[in-house]
Amino acid sequence: MPTLLACFWEFFKTGLFAVGGGLATIPFLQEMAEKHPDWFTKEELTNFIAISESTPGPIGINIATYAGYKIYGPLGSIVCTFSLVLPSFLIILLVAKALDKFKTNSIVQGAFGGIRPATTSLILAAVLSTFAEVLIDLGAINSVKTFFTSIDPMAVGLFAAILIAAAFLKKLHPIVFIATGAVAGIVFQM
Amino acid sequence: MNMLLDLFLTYAKIGAMTFGGGYAMLPILKREIVERKKWVTEADIIDCYAIGQCTPGVIAVNAATLIGYQKKGVLGSLCATLGVITPPMLIIMSIATVLQAFSENVYVQHALAGMNVAICAVIALTVFNLMKKTWKDIPSVVIGLSVLGLTLAFGVPTVIVVVCAATVGIVMSTLKNRKKGGDN
Repeated sequence: MPTLLACFWEFFKTGLFAVGGGLATIPFLQEMAEKHPDWFTKEELTNFIAISESTPGPIGINIATYAGYKIYGPLGSIVCTFSLVLPSFLIILLVAKALDKFKTNSIVQGAFGGIRPATTSLILAAVLSTFAEVLIDLGAINSVKTFFTSIDPMAVGLFAAILIAAAFLKKLHPIVFIATGAVAGIVFQM
Repeated sequence: MNMLLDLFLTYAKIGAMTFGGGYAMLPILKREIVERKKWVTEADIIDCYAIGQCTPGVIAVNAATLIGYQKKGVLGSLCATLGVITPPMLIIMSIATVLQAFSENVYVQHALAGMNVAICAVIALTVFNLMKKTWKDIPSVVIGLSVLGLTLAFGVPTVIVVVCAATVGIVMSTLKNRKKGGDN
């Protein structure tokens, strides 16, 4: 029981202070590993992150669920995940209430006019860095010359094929293309 | 169908189909709640992401909480939030003991490598559409490109970028209104 309470407190704090999505929780979890070595080690944490990407769901949720399981079984999963989500849930409720009230306010509208194109850029920046990770073998680059040879031709080919297919077959659900990617990955041993 | 149940089930479906972080969810979110359910517009989703990025917590979950609230108040946000976290939690809890072996399996790794490429492609299309919708005049393109540069080249934190963009937005709309006032 004291473990579960400690879990609640640590994950609640993480949920309260980690701004910027699931990956922003990692530094907090690293601190947790130092403070509670009996919960999980830093090496295990690196492992959690990799493993969390292999099942569906937002990364932050997956890491908390898996870490919680390692600490205290299924009950640990539930406590850690819920306490991670609780602070942002409450904060978002406040923001949503305020937005409802000030939605028509000209200053709020002006602010969102500036924020919308900026958000697109933030998403674009995140997507571009993912592209680099997925399509290029970053470790192999050490000069302009090796830049081109470090591009993974199979990944780029699959990327182009799915991009064209998705652009034309707009009616198909995105999950169809993701599943196609999975099959192609197995067939071509990517 | 009951709206609350619909929120829970739709978000459960989204949670079960998302691989990766909040951005990987965008194409699926757009398909499910903009195109199929017509609950919100694409601009609403962008606003939710903007707020989700500057508030603590998991972006995808924050966006679910916000959209749930807009549809059905506090209970709506509870249903959407529980919906998006339940499938991933159940999946991990039920295979936790074999999860390590699962993720190290060579076929799983090949499948994930292929999926990541596919996710990149579907997100690329979604982002392209977002650019068409949000970079629609010279000021918004200038804001967009400067933010892109600040983030990619200088690694300026998201919160600061969003606050600056909001300030620019407020100044521009105030100037515009004043100009309109002057014309009259």
